[in-house]
Amino acid sequence: MCLPMQSDPMQPVPVRVLTRRREVADTWTLELEPGDAAGRPFAPGQFNMLYVFGVGEIPISLSGDSADPHRQVHTVRAVGPVSRALAALSPAATVGLRGPFGQGWPVEAAAGADVVLIAGGLGLAPLRPALYYILSRRARYGRVALLYGTRSPGDILFRRELERWRRRLDLEAWVTVDYAGSDWVGCVGVVTNLVPSASFDPADTVAFVCGPEVMMRFAVAALQKAGVDDAAIHLSMERNMKCAIGHCGHCQFGPLFVCKDGPVLSFERIRGLLSRKEI
Amino acid sequence: MKGIEQIVREHPFFQGLDEAFCDLVCTCARNVRFDSGEYLLHEGGLADTLYLIRHGRVALEIAVPGRSAVRFQTLGDDELVGISWLVPPYRWAYDARAIELTRAIVMDAGCLRNKCESDHDLGYEVIKRLMPILVGRLQATRMQILDVYGAPG
Repeated sequence: MCLPMQSDPMQPVPVRVLTRRREVADTWTLELEPGDAAGRPFAPGQFNMLYVFGVGEIPISLSGDSADPHRQVHTVRAVGPVSRALAALSPAATVGLRGPFGQGWPVEAAAGADVVLIAGGLGLAPLRPALYYILSRRARYGRVALLYGTRSPGDILFRRELERWRRRLDLEAWVTVDYAGSDWVGCVGVVTNLVPSASFDPADTVAFVCGPEVMMRFAVAALQKAGVDDAAIHLSMERNMKCAIGHCGHCQFGPLFVCKDGPVLSFERIRGLLSRKEI
Repeated sequence: MKGIEQIVREHPFFQGLDEAFCDLVCTCARNVRFDSGEYLLHEGGLADTLYLIRHGRVALEIAVPGRSAVRFQTLGDDELVGISWLVPPYRWAYDARAIELTRAIVMDAGCLRNKCESDHDLGYEVIKRLMPILVGRLQATRMQILDVYGAPG
């Protein structure tokens, strides 16, 4: 699913930060103006290029609800100079915005099937718009399962929302952490351990996977073992995206450009590339 | 009410096991139940049992001086608790504690080892069932060690 940009794709639009909320120790969610009175429509899984003036520009996935094009929501982990500067922006600060870019999750094509969303760490952020989309059209999908793994209980993103999702009767939401103290009563172990516990018909399932690439490779193996077809597994890839329109070549991934052909790509399409160390 | 033979046969770990082998294995098995908070085994203790969870959840923990125990894995329905009974010196390497009401089959590990030793076909069947579990846990451990969710760099 892909929606077109509204202006010159290389020209950042200055937009204001509306709100800033801390999610976990190093991760913040920013709500930005769309920079257009008509809003800035996007599809779940797409990303924007965010430019902190004088610091630099980086791609950040949209993590909000695509039903609301008037709020561009991004969840940012402060790990590098630009992301640290972004995460430190206060409401009313101005950033440059280009986008949305890329191919998103095939949420429409998944209608009628069971859907399994597997998220690792910050990978829950790009998957959240897909889950919003599916939940707002819940009757059109079969069983829906969200499997989320992260480092520790203190690293759980969108905790309140996860708690709400876990209470729903039409969504199976599992959370696991890699390690925990003895006061944690939830699951401990890698996210792929959750796959056998989820209810889905592997012959009629579409899987969306987002997280660190190592985790995604393990997740693909677990889905394959469960019987899910390669063509039904979709991964959100990450590479060094710069121009975001397939011109500069920084994010080249074999014959593909992650910014333009992805970031969401079918595993069937990239099967031979994932294990190639050179790319 | 189900007898232990039926319960053992229905557990995924032993599913498909030859009837004669099942009869042998059943002589080493009995039903147990743990309330939430009860320990199944303690680090350093003699690894003389193997638990096949029927229902419930068990946490594997390692004690760390000066802080609460670190929980590194939880196991649920149909999973197996305890591997140290397989290899000398047969000592547990961690604690295992029920974190909800847990019903399990407990096998006398010495009894099972002896039966596997005297009947290598049975031993091979048991090892064939254990190996995928061990490999799965080894791979999961590797992923945990990689700390893939940690800060890049």
